[in-house]
Amino acid sequence: MSRKTTNQKAWLFVLPVVVLVAFNALIPLMTVVNYSVQETFGNNVFFFEGVKWFEEVLHSERFHASLLRQLTFTSIILIIEIPLGVAIALTMPRKGPWVSVCLVLMALPLLIPWNVVGAMWNIFALPDIGLLGKTLNSMGFDYDYTQQPLSAWFTVILMDVWHWTSLVVLLAYAGVSSIPEAYYQAAKIDGASSWAIIRYIELPKMKRVLTIAILLRFMDSFMIYTEPFVLTGGGPGNTTTFLSIDLVKIALGQFDLGPAAAMSLIYFMIILLLCWLFYTLMMKDEEK
Amino acid sequence: MSLEFKNIVKRVDSETHIYATDLKIEDGGFNILLGTTLSGKTTLLHLMAGLDKPTSGELWFNGKNVTGVPAQKRNVSMVHQQFINYPNFTVFENIASPLRISRMPSPEINSRVQKVSELLKLTPLLQRNPSELSGGQQQRTALARALVKDADLVLLDEPLANLDFKLREELRDELPRIFGDRHCTVVYATSEPSEALLLGGHTATLHEGRVTQFGETSKIYRHPKDLQSAKVFSDPPINSAKIEKQGGTFTLNEAISWPVLEKHNTMRDGTYTVGIRPHHISTLAGSENMTSIKGKVVTTEFSGSESTVHFGVGDQTWVSQSRGIHPIEIGATTDFYLDISRCLYFDTNNELVSL
Repeated sequence: MSRKTTNQKAWLFVLPVVVLVAFNALIPLMTVVNYSVQETFGNNVFFFEGVKWFEEVLHSERFHASLLRQLTFTSIILIIEIPLGVAIALTMPRKGPWVSVCLVLMALPLLIPWNVVGAMWNIFALPDIGLLGKTLNSMGFDYDYTQQPLSAWFTVILMDVWHWTSLVVLLAYAGVSSIPEAYYQAAKIDGASSWAIIRYIELPKMKRVLTIAILLRFMDSFMIYTEPFVLTGGGPGNTTTFLSIDLVKIALGQFDLGPAAAMSLIYFMIILLLCWLFYTLMMKDEEK
Repeated sequence: MSLEFKNIVKRVDSETHIYATDLKIEDGGFNILLGTTLSGKTTLLHLMAGLDKPTSGELWFNGKNVTGVPAQKRNVSMVHQQFINYPNFTVFENIASPLRISRMPSPEINSRVQKVSELLKLTPLLQRNPSELSGGQQQRTALARALVKDADLVLLDEPLANLDFKLREELRDELPRIFGDRHCTVVYATSEPSEALLLGGHTATLHEGRVTQFGETSKIYRHPKDLQSAKVFSDPPINSAKIEKQGGTFTLNEAISWPVLEKHNTMRDGTYTVGIRPHHISTLAGSENMTSIKGKVVTTEFSGSESTVHFGVGDQTWVSQSRGIHPIEIGATTDFYLDISRCLYFDTNNELVSL
């Protein structure tokens, strides 16, 4: 018994973390859980509704459409950014004065705040005065991201690729520059082609950092809010309304706290599930 | 089979990595490049492999000038200090990879891989991935890959350096058997004199980008051409000091002198440098050719069966290595016994005095 009482001291040391996590994550999350199972009226009047909101959200066509848009967007940017990032990393110099120049250039887009990126592209892509919009139009393309869904998607994707490919580049570059010179010498002696070097040495050696790159890009793009919100505001119509934008519209625009809370939780679960799936699939070989 | 360096120089920017080098490796077999880190071993291997081009000079292999020929056209193979294998190939595919690149038919690849994996004891591991192997097994795989294509020239760049002691000994003992009946020239770079002696063959001693001596390993160990070669080929480093020969006596300082042996009688009087290997200085009195000298003990190291004592001689520190454990107090002045018949004498140009 006495041993047990002396052990209680340990709680003191854990306390700061418990408090931090409680205020940071648990309490806000539980508030959301609280909203998600109740109907909210004015004057703080609540009625318990059980899983009604969850059922409603899961069956709503609006949610399905946003989720589909979100998945499409995330897939497209992963398909573009990962290979492009790897390709850029492979062509970057490995030594010499240009290394730091390239690294700084690559890091630049990552340093710009998200809403600034949105605002920049908003102006850059304006069809009448923006450099991009004007150029595309004068080249004969019918481009107007404020009116046409296709233009809007093109702009949102281009903006994300511009903003975030650098992250993939930096991670892939770290992976590729940690490969010992001897691997390249061995391949040279064998007479391996440059494609074989990429396929059988560089890519396998980059596997771990690429896993991290894919996970980071997946999570970030799945939660994307600020940039498309500033750029298109989710429009034209609903065509670039991704999950987080839709969520904010429901919660703050319509003030439907119940459905919004339920949607938040579902959204959270989807991200958690997909990340876990990605990670286990990609790490399957490593565990052998 | 022969490999010849003709006046080869290698400079990178303004730094000279290899000074004008002439080296002729005649009859194939096992050749060792012995030198410390940055002595130019790896640069020489890269030049031999064709991974690097010499700044000037020519490289001849089997009677052909191969100076500008790139690595993949030379039929060489190389094993590195790090364990280099294709990470997502099985051991079998790793060993087969050079043959696949040269588009050899599958049945022949199979039989060759089987044969070489038996030689290297890899047969039960053929379906594994390199990441599932121990360091020793990974290096065996790399060795197998180097052997499977029957290269004319096999280059080994400190292949055992990253292995732990037990595995290193095990693989080193096997090397002569592995290369025994192969018709190829082997060049093995190492920084350990004891490894060179164990492997035999021929040795080239390297110091700061120069080949100081080349010859049969045991011969150059016993008769280093100059002080530098002797230093490279001694671990712990050879003890040396200036001495004066006057008539029948060598004098190191007021306190230390010893008689000139009969075989050294032909040496003229004058100043020399004496070199004596640590294991020819003992803390125990021994046979007739021993001269006792006094030294102040600086540090002592005891391994299982050897005592290494660092002691002061004049203003220098010498090392003595003797069998058995002989505890000696640090700071004490004690007798050391020098086997003067094993002393090497170098003239003022640091060249060995021929006897």
